[in-house]
Amino acid sequence: MSVLEIRDLHVSVGEGDDAKEILRGVDLTIRSGETHAIMGPNGSGKSTLAYSIAGHPKYTVTKGSVTLDGEDVLAMSVDERARAGLFLAMQYPVEVPGVSVSNFLRTAATAVKGEAPKLRTWVKDVKTEMAGLEMDPAFAERNVNEGFSGGEKKRHEILQMRLLKPKIAVLDETDSGLDVDALRIVSEGVNRTRSDSDLGVLLITHYTRILRYIKPDFVHVFIAGRFVEEGGPELADKLESEGYAAYVKDSAEVAAAEAAAL
Amino acid sequence: MPESSETTTLAGELFAPGVGAQAGPPTTPAAGTGSAGEAAPGAHSSGGPTPTGSPAERFTATDPEAFGDPTGREEDWRFTPMRRIRPLLQGAPSDAALEWDADLPDGVELTRVEAGDPLLKGLPEPADRLAALTRQRSGGAAVVRVPAEAQPDRPVTLRLTGTGGDDVVWGQLVVEVGAFAQVTVVLDHSGSARYSGGVSVLAGDGAHVRLVSVQDWAPGSVHGGQYDTVVGRDATVEQVVVTLGGDLVRLVSNVTYAGPGGTAELLGVYFADETQHQEHRLWVDHSVPHCRSNVLYKGALQGEQAHTVWVGDVRIRPAAVGTETYELNRNLVLTDGARADSVPNLEIETGEIVGAGHASATGRFDDEQLFYLCSRGIDAETARRLVVRGFFADVVQRIGVPELQERLMTSVEARLGALPGLADQPVEV
Ligand SMILES: Nc1ncnc2c1ncn2[C@@H]1O[C@H](COP(=O)(O)OP(=O)(O)OP(=O)(O)O)[C@@H](O)[C@H]1O
Ligand SMILES: [Mg+2]
Repeated sequence: MSVLEIRDLHVSVGEGDDAKEILRGVDLTIRSGETHAIMGPNGSGKSTLAYSIAGHPKYTVTKGSVTLDGEDVLAMSVDERARAGLFLAMQYPVEVPGVSVSNFLRTAATAVKGEAPKLRTWVKDVKTEMAGLEMDPAFAERNVNEGFSGGEKKRHEILQMRLLKPKIAVLDETDSGLDVDALRIVSEGVNRTRSDSDLGVLLITHYTRILRYIKPDFVHVFIAGRFVEEGGPELADKLESEGYAAYVKDSAEVAAAEAAAL
Repeated sequence: MPESSETTTLAGELFAPGVGAQAGPPTTPAAGTGSAGEAAPGAHSSGGPTPTGSPAERFTATDPEAFGDPTGREEDWRFTPMRRIRPLLQGAPSDAALEWDADLPDGVELTRVEAGDPLLKGLPEPADRLAALTRQRSGGAAVVRVPAEAQPDRPVTLRLTGTGGDDVVWGQLVVEVGAFAQVTVVLDHSGSARYSGGVSVLAGDGAHVRLVSVQDWAPGSVHGGQYDTVVGRDATVEQVVVTLGGDLVRLVSNVTYAGPGGTAELLGVYFADETQHQEHRLWVDHSVPHCRSNVLYKGALQGEQAHTVWVGDVRIRPAAVGTETYELNRNLVLTDGARADSVPNLEIETGEIVGAGHASATGRFDDEQLFYLCSRGIDAETARRLVVRGFFADVVQRIGVPELQERLMTSVEARLGALPGLADQPVEV
């Protein structure tokens, strides 16, 4: 049983005078076995939240805390966070020329597990998981994400999640750029993990489409750097029909009022 | 951004934008050369690149005195630390030699010709004083002969080991490959030497030749050399240059085509540490129609005084219609202070070409790549190793000799291990 707790998280990008606050007080608790959907308009800071949890150097935490089972995540390096059980499926996975998928996966698994996986079972596991995600075995010999289509990159992210077996996974718009088949395949991969492990999921999305495949326990609405509403799956249906307009307007009014109060 | 001149084809590749200010300035084409960036493939006279006019002819001569004594201000020498190359330029004639250990597959012959042999008269001429001195003082040449249509079952390997001493070793090697033969020749330089060696590869019509030259010298060694390649009609020559060791290495690779349909692939990797100076100059002269050239050189630098120089000159003469050429140099700067000079130069004298382009990029590690690897639990040092390994892998894989590839990658990794504070460079916030 694991808990990821985010308390009053403030994050900015840029340096000095160019610094811009993107996250403005985020509170969230994710437990093993729970799936939280985070929905919000473009530019609201969803990826910033994901990257801040993973420790991307571009984002500066100015206030607040993130803990995993009581351990201070913000004090950990990027790799330590992954080894502690956090995983980020990126919105835009990065190409790494000259590094093969198989070498990458094995190096990552060795790092996360603390010892090299036994070759025989490892090769079998990789094959099985690739088959489950309907990935051609030839991908193992290709360079990481190099020349992968959008959908192939997302499958590769989920493949890593399957093999690295994190406690908490942040999936940042894993659904974007996927056609219906790929969306089903990727969603099934996530659902398999939810049923065969105790994975906690933070599912960041812009659209409700993926929520038809991956049923969330909680839905959070994220506007301009903070959560503005929380509910059950029914909230997603409401967003589907009404969009973010009402929230965005509220948020703009609040921001204006805050500015006036200063 | 003086430190990085990238064409769009490179965007989003290895390098972080706006980094590597220490990487040394002249990555832009030298002034007055009118070099082009990228010409669309398939471009012809109508929409092709604009011819750049007729530049000065390149001077070559067999007589060293014809070049005068270089001062270091000449275009050919302006990047070279003259103090460190002088032992070669001022070296006396000598009988000193490298130790030779030759592995010759069946059918391949290793012989000697004396000075004055017609074979030597037919070689491309020296292009600088050092090359001319070398031709004169080597007193003949060693000749590797591969008969027409031969396909030796393994590479021809010449292990050339320096045995120390202050005398300059002067050498000339000719690799003569008959029509339609297919062969790999490996020159594996090691040990300690002051060595000035010319290498001429004559590839017969339809031949497929791969020449691999490894400079794995002991510290303190100085190596200069002119590598000439004459590509026969429809022949393919791959040249792979790997420069790791030595105090100073300066290699000048020239390519000419003896008939149409030829292909030259010039590949290089280099890794400069501490105070090493590694200079690779290339000159590809397209003077006949329908030939191709492709240049890919990749270097890594670590150490405040490490210096690498890459100069890639490609000339497409008026007769060379249907030419296709591309050249790319990339440098990965691992520590502050290291300096990578990169000067691509493309002279186009006909619009009727298939394509011509060049690119040069010098930078540091891409933080996004490191972040991606680290976000999967891989520690920062291992991530950097993976990225550097990957950086070199596409060239090293082309050597086609697995044991050698393995040895070179191991050597690269050993050097990375010596990088001070590699683990201290934070990727974390
Ligand atoms: N390096 C940066 N410098 C300046 N602004 C930045 C930087 N990175 C992100 N931002 C800004 O932060 C805001 C939030 O970006 P973020 O990528 O987190 O949004 P998002 O909710 O994930 O959007 P999307 O739905 O488009 O993925 C945006 O306005 C973006 O322009
Ligand atoms: Mg985003």
